[in-house]
Amino acid sequence: MGSRPDSADGVYLDDAVQIAAKILVVGHFAVGKTTFIGTMSEIPPLRTEERMTQAGAHVDDLGGVRGKSTTTVAMDFGRITLSSKLVLYLFGTPGQERFVQVWEDMTRGALGALILVDPERLKESFPVIDLVEQYGLPYAISVNHFDETPVRPENELREALDLLPETPIVTCDARDQKSSADALIALVRYLQTRTDRRA
Amino acid sequence: MSTPGDPEALSVELVRPYVITNGRGLPDDDQFNLITLVTTSDQPRPSHLDPEKHSVLDLCSGGLLSVAEIAGHMKLPIGIVKVLLSDLSADGFLVVRAPVPPAQLVDVSLLQEVLNGLQARFG
Repeated sequence: MGSRPDSADGVYLDDAVQIAAKILVVGHFAVGKTTFIGTMSEIPPLRTEERMTQAGAHVDDLGGVRGKSTTTVAMDFGRITLSSKLVLYLFGTPGQERFVQVWEDMTRGALGALILVDPERLKESFPVIDLVEQYGLPYAISVNHFDETPVRPENELREALDLLPETPIVTCDARDQKSSADALIALVRYLQTRTDRRA
Repeated sequence: MSTPGDPEALSVELVRPYVITNGRGLPDDDQFNLITLVTTSDQPRPSHLDPEKHSVLDLCSGGLLSVAEIAGHMKLPIGIVKVLLSDLSADGFLVVRAPVPPAQLVDVSLLQEVLNGLQARFG
């Protein structure tokens, strides 16, 4: 079936890897999730599909697609080997509520979420933030900054997005590896502070 | 929200993939999630396996991969791949590295390792 990758170079994990961790990269459509994952991943980003059935309470939300028996949601993901025994997976997850079944699978076992936000389309991020909060996933906001967009003051963003004072807001260019890595690092540092508090 | 042509929501009739699993749905157990790591065991493979299972074993024989990567390389939905892996694992053809237990997700040392790794690689 040709299921073997064309070249085995770099496809497989090191045999010594013992632990896989997962961080979600979420945001509204076309906010830059796939770019971010492509920038950070050591493998060419892969795509998987999750199947959704129409059974369940959220069918009413499907609106225009009602009448179809199944819908699948495509997700892009990438991989970063972090040490001889640890690998991190980044999953790009669409933020619409109608993908709720996917969210249950995606959030299970995730360390946290990086929410990519377009400062010019803040409203489109509201449902995404609602979903992340609904699943109890800790998150950081990453304002995807393009050359031409003006930088909005952090307090303005914080107010517009109704964030807790401790929720980190960072600016990142999803095309730039250092910048994207810094956004992930800000998220992980925040996760550490939460753990400290719980202990 | 659900505009036609939205590339994140492809409407597909998944008849063929569920023929692969003999019509069975997703296993309820949590043995396989997206980041469960899998490779082949030393157990010899019988010739009568389904072609899709042969393909999974071909792919996995190269080394360690996550369930999501197996699905991505095979271009099959995650649910189908979980069923195939579940069968192959029950028959002893796979070695499965268990996912991190939920309690350990907030483990300080795991987060520190993630942070160290990111800083070492990109800092």
